[in-house]
Amino acid sequence: MSMETGSALINKEERVKMVEKEFDWDGLARDIRRDILRILTKAGSGHTGGSLSIVEILIALYFKKMRHRPDNPDWPDRDRFILSKGHGAPALYSVLARQGYFRLSELDSLRCLCGRLQGHPYCCNTPGVEISTGSLGQGLSVANGIAMAGKLDQRLYRVYALLGDGELQEGQVWEAAMTSAHYRLDNLCALIDYNKLQIDGPVCKIMGIEPVGEKWKAFGWAVRQIDGHSLDEIMDALDWAEREKGRPSMIICNTVKGKGVSFMENKVDYHGVAPTPRELELALAELSGGGDA
Amino acid sequence: MAMLGTRDVYGDTLVKLGAKNKDIVVLDADLSVSTRTAKFAEAYPERFFNMGIAEQDMISTAAGLATCGKIPFVSTFAVFLAGRAWDQVRQCVCYSEKNVKLVSTHAGITVGEDSATHQANEDIALMRILPNMTVICPADGIETARVIETVAMHKGPVYVRLARCKFPVIYDENYRFRIGKSDMIRDGSQATIIAIGIMVSHAIEAAKRLSEEGIDVRVINMSTVKPIDVKAIHKAALETGAIVTAEEHSIIGGLGSAVSEVIGESNIPCPIKRIGVKDCFGVSGKPEELLEKYCLGVKDIIEAAKDAIKRRSRPCPSA
Repeated sequence: MSMETGSALINKEERVKMVEKEFDWDGLARDIRRDILRILTKAGSGHTGGSLSIVEILIALYFKKMRHRPDNPDWPDRDRFILSKGHGAPALYSVLARQGYFRLSELDSLRCLCGRLQGHPYCCNTPGVEISTGSLGQGLSVANGIAMAGKLDQRLYRVYALLGDGELQEGQVWEAAMTSAHYRLDNLCALIDYNKLQIDGPVCKIMGIEPVGEKWKAFGWAVRQIDGHSLDEIMDALDWAEREKGRPSMIICNTVKGKGVSFMENKVDYHGVAPTPRELELALAELSGGGDA
Repeated sequence: MAMLGTRDVYGDTLVKLGAKNKDIVVLDADLSVSTRTAKFAEAYPERFFNMGIAEQDMISTAAGLATCGKIPFVSTFAVFLAGRAWDQVRQCVCYSEKNVKLVSTHAGITVGEDSATHQANEDIALMRILPNMTVICPADGIETARVIETVAMHKGPVYVRLARCKFPVIYDENYRFRIGKSDMIRDGSQATIIAIGIMVSHAIEAAKRLSEEGIDVRVINMSTVKPIDVKAIHKAALETGAIVTAEEHSIIGGLGSAVSEVIGESNIPCPIKRIGVKDCFGVSGKPEELLEKYCLGVKDIIEAAKDAIKRRSRPCPSA
């Protein structure tokens, strides 16, 4: 646990619980999923499935692993996170708000002309966002650049990049994969949200990426495949990645698109579509377990 | 006339700046010998990153370095820097407002024998359209040095366009460059030639020959294509009544377009004639042969000036 400062939602008592492993992580995941569904419904558009699939990954990074300061987003020694699959923005915004980068109430302005939370992450006005993403395939290269700067300046921060599975079809990802290995960027850890679906259908039918682990190994990466909804497995893998020396690490996270809402799970229809108000009602009812408000 | 390679000056200037400013890093895509960034690589190997033949990765990597306070100078041939990696320049550099300096070499038709695949006649248009981007095309080696020094201090994305061939030296060491400020090299009353890059020296020669025929033309080096020097264009239109633009680039989207946009939205009636590559791809040939084939020579500027003067709606102000 290395959270640096307070946040809008997590109070002192809860932080102690987090350290003592009494914290209700499932409850937090449900809260974030409800944020995502609520703000997407309000916005009337956006990417539901691929936001719900990355919740545990973001919790592990922002609430457990990364050293960062929500009250000082430019802290030079912060660990960096790049959401290369920028369409997962709703999940990132919820996590950033719950960490205190901006007010929780601001989430409601997602995709609104009046607000600053753009449909895809925009670094120039959103605290905690390092680079603008949305056009796929570029985030790993950016993460490489940050990792290279870290080596150059002999800073100890780590760099994390989260890619979509369909995103691996972009050629630039493999250019970047070569760069990470060539420059021995062991301060870099990439993760793939392997939910097996992309906008036009199953990844294996649109443009297969298997054997995905073998590909990354062949490119010189240390590779692990895990359950991307198990906080314990994600944390184990992040710790493993930190111990890896001389090469970058890839954590392939097996996830479920639409995770947490039964009628959205593994449904390609919810890739780029927001829930209707009726669907939101049903989804929130499903996510109301755990005794949280 | 003394000749100086703009890319040679670029390489030397980078080395000088690198000594003073440790934040400067340089990236190249396997063309460092040609772009002359190899000089920096030799001087500061730890701050030089050869990215291999992967321009898209190179641009986004540079943006990542810039997020950490580095000042990346990114170089390759213009056709690859502006064309191959345009979406990366758009999203990671311009939209993200990262302090990345894109310095291309081998721009324009004077690339020569390598043929159309390597002759970038579209790069200014591609870069000019991007919000937050500054676009600069120096006229000689001296100006190139000043431009590189200036953009290293300037915060924000910049595209600098350099060439393969050597340019005649037109400035001396006292020349001062300012982003967005054009330089009137020669005053004149009957027409204005607004030029960039190697066409500036062609314009100077054209003005000289025109004056021998009794035609008095102004020559402006519009090295900053964006943000363009609107005042100087208005002044030229008002005072000389006819404009010729000259660039080693397509007549679509570059300097000629930028000047036409300024005049078109002004209330100053002024004919414009654009010298540039006329919406076609080039072929292999020697640079000077290609300049002639694609009507980018001194005689073409002279004819264009006479044509523009003929088309003016009012008599010459002071002729």
